[in-house]
Amino acid sequence: MAGPSDAGTPPSSRSFRIFRFDPDRDDKPRMQDYRIALDGGERMLLDALLRLKAEDPSLALRRSCREGVCGSDAMNINGRNGLACITNLQDLTDPIVLRPLPGLPVIRDLVVDMTQFFKQYHSIRPYLVNDSPPPEKERLQSPEEREALEGSYECILCACCSTACPSFWWNPDKFVGPAGLLQAHRFIADSRDEATAERLDDLEDPYRLFRCHTIMNCVDVCPKGLNPSRAIGRIKELLVKRIV
Amino acid sequence: MASIARRKFDVLIVGAGGSGMRASLQLALAGLRVAVLSKVFPTRSHTVAAQGGIGASLGNMSEDHWHYHFYDTVKGSDWLGDQDAIEFMCREAPQAVYELEHFGMPFDRNADGTIYQRPFGGHTANFGEKPVQRACAAADRTGHAMLHTLYQQNVRARTQFFIEWMAIDLLRDAEGDVLGVTALEIETGEVAILEAKATLLATGGAGRIYAASTNAYINTGDGLGMAARAGIPLEDMEFWQFHPTGVAGAGVLLTEGCRGEGAVLRNASGERFMERYAPTLKDLAPRDFISRAMDQEIKEGRGCGPSGDHVLLDMTHLGADTIRRRLPSVLEIGRRFANVDIVREPIPVVPTIHYQMGGIPTNLHGQVVAPAADGSQRVVNGLYAVGECACVSVHGANRLGTNSLLDLLVFGRAAGNHIAGAGLAASAHKTLPNDAADPTLTRLARLESARDGEYAQAVAGELRRTMQQHASVFRTQAGMDEGVRKVAALRARAEGIGLKDRSRVFNTERVEALEVANLIECAEATMVSAAARRECRGAHTVKDYERPADDPQFPLGRNDRDWLRHTLWLREGSRLAYKPVNLKPLTVEPIPPKLRTF
Repeated sequence: MAGPSDAGTPPSSRSFRIFRFDPDRDDKPRMQDYRIALDGGERMLLDALLRLKAEDPSLALRRSCREGVCGSDAMNINGRNGLACITNLQDLTDPIVLRPLPGLPVIRDLVVDMTQFFKQYHSIRPYLVNDSPPPEKERLQSPEEREALEGSYECILCACCSTACPSFWWNPDKFVGPAGLLQAHRFIADSRDEATAERLDDLEDPYRLFRCHTIMNCVDVCPKGLNPSRAIGRIKELLVKRIV
Repeated sequence: MASIARRKFDVLIVGAGGSGMRASLQLALAGLRVAVLSKVFPTRSHTVAAQGGIGASLGNMSEDHWHYHFYDTVKGSDWLGDQDAIEFMCREAPQAVYELEHFGMPFDRNADGTIYQRPFGGHTANFGEKPVQRACAAADRTGHAMLHTLYQQNVRARTQFFIEWMAIDLLRDAEGDVLGVTALEIETGEVAILEAKATLLATGGAGRIYAASTNAYINTGDGLGMAARAGIPLEDMEFWQFHPTGVAGAGVLLTEGCRGEGAVLRNASGERFMERYAPTLKDLAPRDFISRAMDQEIKEGRGCGPSGDHVLLDMTHLGADTIRRRLPSVLEIGRRFANVDIVREPIPVVPTIHYQMGGIPTNLHGQVVAPAADGSQRVVNGLYAVGECACVSVHGANRLGTNSLLDLLVFGRAAGNHIAGAGLAASAHKTLPNDAADPTLTRLARLESARDGEYAQAVAGELRRTMQQHASVFRTQAGMDEGVRKVAALRARAEGIGLKDRSRVFNTERVEALEVANLIECAEATMVSAAARRECRGAHTVKDYERPADDPQFPLGRNDRDWLRHTLWLREGSRLAYKPVNLKPLTVEPIPPKLRTF
């Protein structure tokens, strides 16, 4: 079996400053400094964090696919939300400051409670609504109609966008947030969905949709390069068209 | 036991990937009280990483038939797959895909509005005559699109999820019936007993027993470990698929859909070497075949790079448009993990562990079957398994690309239907023995009290290196025998794992320790089963038993006389048993074993 040949960087050591909080033991959060020797095989921030975890197994973080598709390891990296597994160490300056995603309750260390985030996602009825009896085969959809889903369906629900959005910080219970609205758009845009009118009714609300002030942080941080702001704009256009 | 919380459900599903959520949807629609347990939020399950497609003979691109799909799958499995199960899967495939489309799956489309299908390895028309486009795709994000679609429909059906709960052990009574599981709520550290009239394991594979793996970190074979500890055998665990195109050094998968869209493999001299190994299917031969060819090229000094340790996947002739439209994630992965712009330059790849063909033995309904005292195969009451953790067996000795997502849909649905038809809502829970949770509590207590124990990942790391060295693409009898000894030693070492982190809250070190206990079972099952199988079949290639294609006795090293049978590994005494392969399909003519060339 061939071995790996493409090492990331030469051996080095990197310094970290990481948010720590364990409600089982700590009264309040603290920042902990680490210096970690890397052997050069670590390409991404997640690789370095797992190396660090071997030395301090008490550091809590979520991780799974390690290739940017499951959305588990979102965190605030040097002040900017991103996924640890696709953030290249070479692009980070030391000390690498890691905090949990902002605006959500911290469960422990870099692990946040995402209940509110998912509650908003669930609130937009994130599923195809089509109660017409299905045909024997697939429902037909033209390539152009399918194209309308591009840029929406790829969302991995990592919450980088919503937790970078000041409007979501202030009104997490009332404003759907960029991730939820992107998904609302995904179903509104789907030619097979029959609930467009109800979906628009639901969003025509001073808070649910219109708390978006196009600050664009969502676009800036999305690790998948998606544009929730544009999707929100399209929903607003549809609402306007409906009145006219 | 009085201090442990107990909850009761009709059905408990462990795992919220494609198969678990396809089953839960069926059950929620049937109105049963279902709980779905998952270590991670459902859309983080490893199904999300599948890229290429779902195999189904829709015939949207050219003539296709499930008979062809059936033939390809049997031949792909090197005749170790059970032909009744393979027929069932291939016949149900179109319906499974249409249903998923009706659920909202964003498949790519043809100009006439039908689902786009791409070519994939080992899929042919007219019984091996020429490649066929059978893989129903959503760009190269098919698994992501499918997993999200299934989660969405479960949201609609109001399925009850227990998120970030890890199942620890199966609970069985004296009659051997499964009555539920013990589980850890990761956020609080609480252990609970979850009782159910039916328990469905849908926990995925154990790809993390290897060092270089395309698999997510969560793929630690939890359901397999639970089954093994409960005295249930693991079937055909020696068969592990090496995916030909893992990014060299990173392990990240590049879909076979690349080659489906026209990419080719090249050696150091730029030669498209698959033409020599598989004249008909070339770069679209099955995965075991291609991985061996790649390894051969590398071993014979035709590998690329300064160390000659990889080959190149060349997509430069596909054009930027095709790549952006059909392979956007591959483009992204190339840039991120290899500093390669695949539009302009080829990308270094090596065969990388990808998929576990074996698993918990089941019948077509997903019911777990195990040998009874008299040697006959009996259903284990109350226990089901589907997806990669199960072995039904449709993949045999080598899985065809796109058949894994299909497996999840077809058998997830079949198990859901079978459970829904069992009349559970009206029946009562069996009485749980008082000591049912004792093994779990003892194990957890030992972990907590091991003051100077080793970190779980240190043991796991050694295990992964061992498996990589001793159970790789090319195996040797001596190497496997040594592997058996090393894994046994690592099992003893794993007993000494302890926790430095004593917190109750989101203690990931505790989770990792529990995962290593499951990895050990899967690794030992693999190593022991492999060392015993003295032939070459599918993904199990042993140097000592290699023979040429024209060998009068065992062509290509496959020994149907002695080894056309399934392995069953039992944890107690690390014992092996065997059962026959089912060569009888349900309705069509069998495909008798023959020489496997492409």
